[in-house]
Order: sequence, then structure tokens, then C-alpha cells
Amino acid sequence: MEKSRKLAIFLLLKVLRMATLLAAICFISFLLVKNSPIDPVQAYIGADMVNVGPEQREQIAEYWGLDEPIMLQFSHWAGALLSGDMGTSMVYREPVADIISVRFRHSIALMLAAWILSGIIGFALGAVAAMKKGTLADRIIQWYCYTLASTPTFWMGLLVLMVFSVWLGWFPIGLGVPAGVLTEDITFSERIQHLILPAVTLSIVGVGNVALHTRQKLIDVLGSEYVLFARARGEQGFVLFWRHGLRNIMVPALMLQFASFSELFGGAVLAEQVFSYPGLGQATVEAGIKGDVPLLLGLVLFSAVFVFAGNLIGDILHRLIDPRLREERL
Amino acid sequence: MAILEVENLSVSFKRYTRGFKQVKSNVISSLSVEVEEGEIMAIVGASGSGKSLLAQAILGILPRNAIVSGGIKYGGEVLTPPRQRALCGREIALVPQSVNSLDPLMRVGEQVRTSVKSGNAAAAQKEVFERYHLDANVEKMYPFQLSGGMARRVLISTAMVSGARVIIADEPTPGLDERSVAEALKHLREFADSRCAVLLITHDIESALKIADRIAVFYAGTTVEISPVENFRGNGEELWHPFSKALWRALPQNGFVPIPGSQPHPDDLPSGCLFAPRCGMASAECGEALPDMRKLRNGSVRCIHAT
Repeated sequence: MEKSRKLAIFLLLKVLRMATLLAAICFISFLLVKNSPIDPVQAYIGADMVNVGPEQREQIAEYWGLDEPIMLQFSHWAGALLSGDMGTSMVYREPVADIISVRFRHSIALMLAAWILSGIIGFALGAVAAMKKGTLADRIIQWYCYTLASTPTFWMGLLVLMVFSVWLGWFPIGLGVPAGVLTEDITFSERIQHLILPAVTLSIVGVGNVALHTRQKLIDVLGSEYVLFARARGEQGFVLFWRHGLRNIMVPALMLQFASFSELFGGAVLAEQVFSYPGLGQATVEAGIKGDVPLLLGLVLFSAVFVFAGNLIGDILHRLIDPRLREERL
Repeated sequence: MAILEVENLSVSFKRYTRGFKQVKSNVISSLSVEVEEGEIMAIVGASGSGKSLLAQAILGILPRNAIVSGGIKYGGEVLTPPRQRALCGREIALVPQSVNSLDPLMRVGEQVRTSVKSGNAAAAQKEVFERYHLDANVEKMYPFQLSGGMARRVLISTAMVSGARVIIADEPTPGLDERSVAEALKHLREFADSRCAVLLITHDIESALKIADRIAVFYAGTTVEISPVENFRGNGEELWHPFSKALWRALPQNGFVPIPGSQPHPDDLPSGCLFAPRCGMASAECGEALPDMRKLRNGSVRCIHAT
């Protein structure tokens, strides 16, 4: 009883925090866009601008309420947002919510694949390095991780693209689906084929961080008094790792993994750009370059929710897994 | 016959200070101690005298940068690293000093069960918990849910169920109430009486006196005296080493007389007798070389002046 009440309070606080966070992000990004050099009228009309006279321009501005005080403009926008209207994208001429949901479906496949791959491989490499600390294996893994950690995602993407698509020809060069094929004719395996290279790029870059964190955490655990005592009881090697190492690095590793959603999103922006993969990241770049204000604001809010959700899941899992938080002190 | 013998053990650590200058610090130097079947050998000394490292050296779990020389024999045979790996936890068990030695994320019942090397682990764990007055629901608890005293009893349980013949108990009693101390000591005594042996590392001389057969006095990483427990009485007249006498007289009930100075740091040991700088009996000869342990009546002592 007591426990479920505690969890309810915890969740309520989190929701409250998310609401304040989103409100602040809305306000700040609105102000930033408002003060950016993007002229909303020009951005809306685009190339037809030459046919629009200064008087017409003023009329459009007046019609949109651009001459009103900034707080009033903000309240219009925020009001529409609260009623579920995120506006219409100027580049795609579609509702922002629709674009985000379609793009997100592409991106989530990519990010999930990269997230799982880098999590598992990074965890395994880090664990091996820590267990074999000081040996050649440890040194190679560390060298590899530091190299990866200092590798820019776009550069790795270009490299992978050159080797596997251009030279070896194993994978398509870009896009999310084959070009010139009707949507209903695209097979699942074709989608997977287009997914592999960007996912691999993203996970290669992610591995370094995960492995180095895991290594450091496990080294701390191996230096602890309970591991020393386990050694005194004759435990060593894999049994020691399984009984005490894994158990004690699992919680921080999971927390870290869920907290990495922001890096994942940032990485996806770059990787999708290199591979022309039609995901959220690419849409973000497009919206930024072409001054598509509604889409850009929508993406900012969406990514904030996405990163927040990652942290929230991490926190909840932590509470569920760690007995020190799960079980009451007696 | 001695089950466990430590002969001329030295442990030192290599460290780098200021750039690449290598410093070797001797934490334990030419230490000899042995424990016989059915015996409790207590090792007493101030903190920093190398007591816990002795336990780690016997079990082969010293840090990697430790350099060990000298011999450790178990059952008359040299305890090589492979033998250490095979025997520790089975033949030689440790009761560690810190309650943090329990894995914080493992239920304590399981930690005791994994210490059982043969036979029915669950039954052995239930039995030992009963013996130590730990309720049945304790086995499902995590270390953070235990009181300090309960954690200590769990630690002692791990050694008791292991089926070991030698228990090295490193400060097993702090944090326990008087009754539990008496009980823990009683269990160690019973353990020793069943043809096993206990090496009791402690700074609590009073507890040691109650159950030990012999007491080894540690100073700055070596033994200065090994005497039967009967010699620790009165004004310390029957003790031979000046440090043992001083230690004895420093106890509250024996006058509470402190001795000036402090134990030398391992990086900065005096040449010759380690206690000489603080010793009232010291002569020029004492500074020449570290005296050897020599037999004297019913014990042994490391002092050239003792008679």
C-alpha cells in the first residue's frame, strides 16, 4: 500500500516536472525563433516573393498578427499547441504532427537498432576490458573506444558508406527505401537493407562511450570489499563476474543507456543526413535550413519529450530493479 | 602439528612518487606465526601494523602490486598460488573486517549458500542462521536491511558453513553487543575445538584473552612476541618484549600508561629493531639489525635484551 502510494507520488512529480520543462522549452524556443533572422512571411511565400508587393506583405503580416505584442503571439501559438494543433509545415505542406509521426517511425527503427547494438556490444567490451584489466585485450579495447569516442558521426558515416556501399556494393547508398519503386511494392527486407548501414554507423560511435563507462564501473566494483571477500571465498573469473560483477554494474549501465537518448537523437540527425535516411533527424536539418518554423518547433518539443521519456524509463527501472529502492528498510 | 605456518613473510608495495621515482614500502617484514590444530592464535597490534594484510597474503588476495616473499605452509605443504586458489574458501575461510564485505545487491541467504562447498547448501544455511539467532526471513533480506550486528553474524556464518579447517577472523566482533560478542567468541572456540584452527586478528586484547591459546603481538608489520595466554597477567612481568609490556600496561585496567611516540610508517622504518626508537631498554646494538625471533621458555620473542 505504502509502496504504491510512493510510486504514485513519484510519477506525479515527474509529470509535473515534464510539464514545467515543456512550458519553458516552448517559451524559450519561441523567443529564439522570433529573434532569428527568418522572416515568417518570406519563409511562407518562398520563391513567389517577387510577385508580392510591400503592401500585400504588410497585409499578410497583419492577418497573421505579426504586429501584435510578442506575448500575445506566444499565447496564440501556445493555445493552438494545447488544443493539439502543431501547425502546418511550410516545406512539406502537411500538418506537423503527421510529418513527425511518419518520420518517427523511420527513425525509431534506426535508433532502436543502434541503441540495442551499441548497448550490448559496448557492455560486453567494457566488461571484458575490466575483467582483464592491464592485459593486451584491455589495452586494445581501450584504444579502440577512445578512437571511436573521438570520431565524429558524420565522418564515420561517410567512411562506412564508402567502404560498404561504394567499394563493396553490399548495401544501397542511401535513402530509406529503394528509389523508383511504388510504396506498396517495397519489401520488408529492402527496408532492413537500407537500415543497416546507418544503424551500424550510429552504434559503432555509441559503443565507445558505453564500453568505457562499463569498464570504469566494473573496475570500481572489482576493487570493492565485497569482491575482495568473494575472492577470499575462492570465487574467480566468470563465476565472480556473474555473481557479483554483473549484478552490481547492471543498474548503472541501464540508467546510462536510457539517459543516452539525447546523444542517440543527436547522432541520428547526423547519420540520417549522411545516408539521406528519411527520419526525424533529416527533417530537423531540413526545417532548420529552410526556415520551416512550425516543423522546427514541433521537432524541438518532440525531441524534448523523447529524451525526457528515456530518463523517466531509466528512473522507473532503477526503482524497480535496485532492491535498495525497491524494498523498504526494516 | 601446525596446520598453518607463516615463515619469514614479507609484503611490500611498489609505488611511484614524484615522477618515476620508485618507492618500496615494507608493510610486513620477516613475520613468522603458526597455528596448531585445535588452537586459537590471536594476533593483536595497533591498526596499521599489517594484520589485515597478513590475512590477505595467506588467502592470496593481495593487491596486484604487492611483492611477497617468504613461505606460507598449509598442512605441512607450501601454499603456492594455485593451491591458494584451490583451498581458499574450502580449507581456509575468512571472516572479513568490514560489513561492506557483503554484496549489496545479493540476498544474504544466497551469499551464505554460495559459501557452502559441499553438501546441501540450503540446509546448511538454515542451520547456521538458527545457530546465530537470525530469523528465517533474514535470508531473503539484502545487506542494507540488516543491523550491523546481524551483518557480522551473517559474515561469521559464511565461514562456518564453508567446511574450512582454518578460519581467519579479521576483527569479527566490533559493533556487536556484549552477549553477541561472547557468543561469537564461543562459536570460534567450539570451531577450534573440533580439530580445526582459528587465527583471530584483533585489537581487542580482552576478547583475545578470553578465548585464545596463544597471542602474537604485532608491531610495525612484524611479530615481536608470541606467548601463551597465561603470560598476559599481573603487571606484564611474564611478557618479554618491551612493546608487549607497554601494550599490556596501556590497557585501562592495567594502569592506562601510554608510551611516547608512534608506530613508524612503512616507508620510513628504522634500521635494526623496529621498536628501538621508542624503547627504554634500547642500546647501540639494537640499531644494527632486526633481531630474529628466538625461543624463550614457552614462547618466542624478537628482542636481544629479553631474558
